[in-house]
Amino acid sequence: MSTNDGKFGDYGGQYVPEALMPAIEELADAYERYAVENEDGFLDEFRCRLRDFGGRPTPLQRAERLSERYGREVYLKREDLVHGGAHKLNNALGQVLLAKYMGKERIIAETGAGQHGTATAMACAHLGLDCEVYMGTRDINRQRPNVFRMRLNGAAVNPVSVGRGTLKEAISETMRDWATNVEDTHYVIGSVVGPHPFPSLVRDFQAVISEEAREQIRTRAGTLPDSVLACAGGGSNTMGAFARFLDDEGVDLYAVEAGGSSLDVDEEAGVAPNSASLTTGSEGVLHGARTKLLQDRHGQIMESHSVSSGLDYAGVGPELAHLVDAGRVTPVNVDDDAAISAFHRLSQLEGIIPALETAHAFGYLEDAGEDLGETVIVNVSGRGDKDLESVIEETAKRDVKNAPDLDVFAGGTGGLR
Amino acid sequence: MSRVPEAFAAGPAFVPYLAVGDPDYESSLEYVEALARGGADVIELGLPFSEPVAEGPTIQSAVVRSLEAGMTPERFFGFVEELDVDAPLVCMTYYNLIYRFGDERGPEPFVRRAAEVGIDGFVVPDLPAEESDPLRAACDAHDRDLIFIVAPTTRGERLERIMERVSGYVYVQARLGTTGARADVSDQTDASLARLADWDVPKAVGFGISTGEHAERVVAAGADGVIVGSALVDIVADGHENDAATSDVAARLEEKARELKAGARRGAEQRVPHPERT
Ligand SMILES: Cc1ncc(COP(=O)(O)O)c(C=O)c1O
Repeated sequence: MSTNDGKFGDYGGQYVPEALMPAIEELADAYERYAVENEDGFLDEFRCRLRDFGGRPTPLQRAERLSERYGREVYLKREDLVHGGAHKLNNALGQVLLAKYMGKERIIAETGAGQHGTATAMACAHLGLDCEVYMGTRDINRQRPNVFRMRLNGAAVNPVSVGRGTLKEAISETMRDWATNVEDTHYVIGSVVGPHPFPSLVRDFQAVISEEAREQIRTRAGTLPDSVLACAGGGSNTMGAFARFLDDEGVDLYAVEAGGSSLDVDEEAGVAPNSASLTTGSEGVLHGARTKLLQDRHGQIMESHSVSSGLDYAGVGPELAHLVDAGRVTPVNVDDDAAISAFHRLSQLEGIIPALETAHAFGYLEDAGEDLGETVIVNVSGRGDKDLESVIEETAKRDVKNAPDLDVFAGGTGGLR
Repeated sequence: MSRVPEAFAAGPAFVPYLAVGDPDYESSLEYVEALARGGADVIELGLPFSEPVAEGPTIQSAVVRSLEAGMTPERFFGFVEELDVDAPLVCMTYYNLIYRFGDERGPEPFVRRAAEVGIDGFVVPDLPAEESDPLRAACDAHDRDLIFIVAPTTRGERLERIMERVSGYVYVQARLGTTGARADVSDQTDASLARLADWDVPKAVGFGISTGEHAERVVAAGADGVIVGSALVDIVADGHENDAATSDVAARLEEKARELKAGARRGAEQRVPHPERT
């Protein structure tokens, strides 16, 4: 299933500066040889390192209290237990290893929430490559623990201050670095976005999620699930959770996007205060691929918004855009408030503090009706330690009924920051 | 018909770039006209896109200034109509703006409208040969040129793919990286020019050229033209930051244009006549 020409229906392709095309051709060739055909035992080494360094396989856990709450069987695919705390390592380790097989010396990456940057920094330390990560200044402030984690692993973190200083700008700046240093550098892109072969390559590295989950659910429940839920920013945990279920027609696939503060668009200000490109976006070309985008009527890309940095992006993977058009994947969305509320709910009911990105998937689990069916798998794409500072702030701003009392902070420190 | 080829016929071409609408519509009109007075043979007019992945900091800032002042594709076309210059005009922009323009998806409505207002050709930094057939077809239908960038990393089959599709001139990217004025001329330029020696479209070198000496050196090395962007945008930015009068900034642009054009001419005089190509 991996081999393709980089098109998913009308989506995908390779819209990049000529200077990068030779590197992208070289990567497409390396992808076929190593990651598809297992040349030099690449895939065996990858699997082995995912196990020993990454902690795979991850459990598929039955969520007892959620199952009770919703009156259906809810299973959690625990990607939050992957080393580093998110699914991101599956891809980062795969790509850094591939870069090593290709003889590259230097790794660059963009990061939004800092999870991909952290995963890439860990993989580079593990495999002995130099690493530089581009991150928007706004995200640096929202995700300080992750910035420090990258530094601890020896990576340089380069702040990007153009525009709103989030993921979109970080990707553009990483592409500029790549265009300058393309001869010895590999760009480890963090999601199923960008020019071919990235969307296929990243999907294949993440497909281990559904490969394991499909086996696990059949063993545990003796059946395939009725539905699979995953949050979608660029869509890498999403494609990873869906890939091996695509051919199972009875399994409904839900991509849960960030509804942000509103699905309305302010064209004048160039702002779409959400990141729901599958739900509300239109076709266009950004960061190397034709896909669904948040853009104004002239084709200028809009500033997106989400309470979770990792979903805060105006584009989405081209394969997901295609699967939505084809009716195979259903896009839904959950707004900031519902995501914060779901964050607290999962923490309290299951003892799992999810990433804010992941919390969106649980927000939909709460909202959805009978459609989800008897047996549901929710992909727990990451853990929420990185988000604690933002959650304190965002919870204090709102009236969140199920949040713990935050008064303990009010005493000595002079209130919440 | 595109008027680009004849602009290269009369000697080395000076090809300046400015982002249209930087820092505002009216000043920008004066600036482009100043470049024409300074000797521009072809003018590249940048239509700003919000995600300019091929640009360095100088042009990124120009894009921000222009978009904040309200530039849109329609206003850009109005600008071109209003512009009073004789030099052929090339529109430089990113593919999404071309793709999204008008009611039908695809590049044809944009090219049609551009042809109507007098644009002769297009340079699209995020559109490699592989994805260019729809735009090439629209350019053919409207007799416009499609200029491609050849990078220092472009070799072999890729060169052929570009050669088959290019018209007007080939944009020889002088060095790896993004746009931006530099203090020196890269050795990668000579190697790139050598790879294109037997192409029959004019070769214009850009990326980093900022002085008359650079222009001289590049033309002496065999280029048929020099493309200069960031060094000119720097003048616009400087004028904007210091609240300089538009006429003063225009005068500085005209003077810089003369310097670059004179450099290109000197370079042409030093050119060793090419051995007969076979
Ligand atoms: C935990 C977690 N989940 C999801 C995402 C969103 O990325 P994607 O849509 O590629 O899975 C991120 C991105 O940073 C993340 O950290």
